[in-house]
Amino acid sequence: MPDDDRIRPTEKELKARRNRSIAIALALAAFVIIVYLGSLMKLGPSLFDRAM
Amino acid sequence: MALVERKHVDGDVGRLSEATAGDFIALLKPRVMSLVVFTAFVGMVLAPATPNPLLAVIAILAIAVGAGAAGALNMWYDADIDAKMARTAGRPLPRGRVAPGEALGFGLFLSAFSVMTLGLMANWLAASLLAFTIFFYVVIYTMWLKRSTPQNIVIGGAAGALPPVIGWAAITGSVTLESLVLFLIIFLWTPPHFWALALFKTGDYARAGIPMMPNVAGEEHTKRQIFAYAVLVAASGVLPSVLGFAGMAYGAVAAVLGGGFVWYSWHVLRMDEGDRAMGPAKALFAYSLVYLFAIFAALLVDGMISRIGA
Repeated sequence: MPDDDRIRPTEKELKARRNRSIAIALALAAFVIIVYLGSLMKLGPSLFDRAM
Repeated sequence: MALVERKHVDGDVGRLSEATAGDFIALLKPRVMSLVVFTAFVGMVLAPATPNPLLAVIAILAIAVGAGAAGALNMWYDADIDAKMARTAGRPLPRGRVAPGEALGFGLFLSAFSVMTLGLMANWLAASLLAFTIFFYVVIYTMWLKRSTPQNIVIGGAAGALPPVIGWAAITGSVTLESLVLFLIIFLWTPPHFWALALFKTGDYARAGIPMMPNVAGEEHTKRQIFAYAVLVAASGVLPSVLGFAGMAYGAVAAVLGGGFVWYSWHVLRMDEGDRAMGPAKALFAYSLVYLFAIFAALLVDGMISRIGA
């Protein structure tokens, strides 16, 4: 497909996409931290007390 | 959803969305979410167990996100009628900021994640109640009752009344009479709150074709129903004291607040039929918001004092 036939995102669309991407990254990071800390609280220190 | 879908089919194929994170947050109905968080938190504080604070915060977050997900699914389904009402025309879907598919995916994704998180971090009874709440709000209320019966918000109100029960269940792993009393207070509060709004938004609801009580049964019938429910709200407000899981001071506060609810409803009942300004209905709507916040704040203070004293 020639380059000219492609839909070129506008500045506004690119800015909105960046805004969404940052929000998704922050939400995922928060989720990982929540699950990590929550697991520690739920299972306690025994979580790490395992035979190698 | 014809209006919204047409826009996306005709004009925006292949284009990137212009929706920002703020538009997606608006889909979660933050104001409703704040009430859900507050009532669920009160349910947790009143529950007869001491939770791990971090797990309690995670549970509150999961309940909040679950409620928000239900709001997003509600906006996805109701985009057509939201576009016709002044109160809701500014929502992300009617404005074309968010595509219907995006709202649907967002709502389903958050529903699944919130239920799973609550199940893993609290317990599966609380998670099941959250899943049921989302299902009830989206399928039973939004898809079925809202457009088919003037009793829509009476039955649908159960979804909004469940958060304190979920909060209680998240801490204790059980559903008891005490948590059901909290449910009852919000359940009985919902009809007079929304019917007061419907009285002065009759035109909006008529344009959207939603069979709210004033549009179907008339203003006089609605006013009588509001008053009857106000009496029940006032009675249910003092039940925590009567049943012994809140103190006498709470009972006195609840009686005064309930008296106010009945007083405002009485003014609605006496409102002149030709009164188009609907001052008493607007006053009751505003007071009902204060009432729910105040009654749960009173329960919260009572619960905190009991915990400190124990």
